[in-house]
Amino acid sequence: MDVKSIIASRVAQELSDGDVVNLGIGLPTMVADFIPPDIDIVLQSENGIMGMGAAAEPGMEDVDVVNAGAQYVTVKPGGMFFDSATSFGIIRGGHVDVTVLGALEVDEKGNLANWIIPGRMVPGMGGAMDLVVGAKKVIVAMTHTQKGKPKILKECTLPYTAVGVVNMIVTEMGVMTVDDTGVTLTEIHPDCSIEDVQAATEAELNVGEHLKPMGSIGL
Amino acid sequence: MKNKIVTADEAVARIGDGATVMVGGFMACGTPEILIDALVRKNVKNLTIICNDAGVPGRGVGKLLSNGQIKTLIASHVGLNPEVAERMNTDDPGDKLHCKLIPQGTLAERIRAGGSGLGGFLTPTGVGTIVAEGKEVIRRDGRDYLVEFPLKADFALIRGTRTDTFGNTVYNGTTRTFNPMMATAAEYVIVGACEIVEVGDIHPNDVATSGIFVDAIVGGEKPWPIG
Repeated sequence: MDVKSIIASRVAQELSDGDVVNLGIGLPTMVADFIPPDIDIVLQSENGIMGMGAAAEPGMEDVDVVNAGAQYVTVKPGGMFFDSATSFGIIRGGHVDVTVLGALEVDEKGNLANWIIPGRMVPGMGGAMDLVVGAKKVIVAMTHTQKGKPKILKECTLPYTAVGVVNMIVTEMGVMTVDDTGVTLTEIHPDCSIEDVQAATEAELNVGEHLKPMGSIGL
Repeated sequence: MKNKIVTADEAVARIGDGATVMVGGFMACGTPEILIDALVRKNVKNLTIICNDAGVPGRGVGKLLSNGQIKTLIASHVGLNPEVAERMNTDDPGDKLHCKLIPQGTLAERIRAGGSGLGGFLTPTGVGTIVAEGKEVIRRDGRDYLVEFPLKADFALIRGTRTDTFGNTVYNGTTRTFNPMMATAAEYVIVGACEIVEVGDIHPNDVATSGIFVDAIVGGEKPWPIG
């Protein structure tokens, strides 16, 4: 199984029936493909959809209906469209249960950096700053390292998206929770040792009392 | 009542060099392309554009950018238009783009505040980040908030799916985005409409923007594919 599917399928298991969920662009969007059939979630898209469905079938697209990544999507029965002020009222107001997004860096205080590499890449924060301060649970879904360099750090080096907001990190090496005690490894890929994960992580890892094999599909 | 239906060129005639223009849409979905095209034909320069993003080359505000008409872009995300980085980094001062990035929810709310008579608002978004630089922080009930101020503009370019001759407007799907707030926050509001109907043809339940906000209506807009 490819790295992205390992990550996305594990994130999907964090979602509970009835959760309102916002999935970021890229890898986080794949989470929707792995949601267990007995779990019904409500996808929010910050450009103005509650109850977003799957990507539109080729030939069936409505060009007026896109997700936040500008892909043609569908809306489920019971869905709703709204404007951007309402959308971010929903987000900041604590009405989104879980937001899943990627990161350039995360640190042991739960700080997140994912919107700018000064002088090199300045895409902008889009809705990320609002989503991570507003959602009840923030899950970072990302590869554990970038070209071999750790992304889970003692302290972020890039400008923050927000401070103290990350609750959980899911990578291809394992699952980590983040709280006042720092970063705790709670699940580990069966092919990795604790030492392997620590070697790929700059932050000091706590090892969870009930460390178990990573619950991704296919592992 | 005053006839608001005009051609695209008539509608943008009063937009001059240096104007501040709000443009609705999200990645150009919900952007009135016929009004953008008219602004490109008019070739006014040094515009301040307020839009969620920079569109893509050849779509939305991306056309104004390619034509060198934007001096300042106020947006939340510009990463999907590579021309933005090129123009931000150019050594030619006349061609240099100033880009002010604002969190999307703060951008939407600042425009809403601009149109609804608020002096500002408190938001937790951006606390502890470079967005907070130079801003007042107020602590309420144990949480820090940034003080943010309203945004207004000289003009707003709105994209309507159905608009009646008074200006009452319906937005289809995800074309709504920033359009309803922008329609309230600018001095002169132009709707590019896919369909123009008679007053009474739109049920009051369905009107998202009242005609009271609309100064000019241009027909001939259509749903455009992205890119």
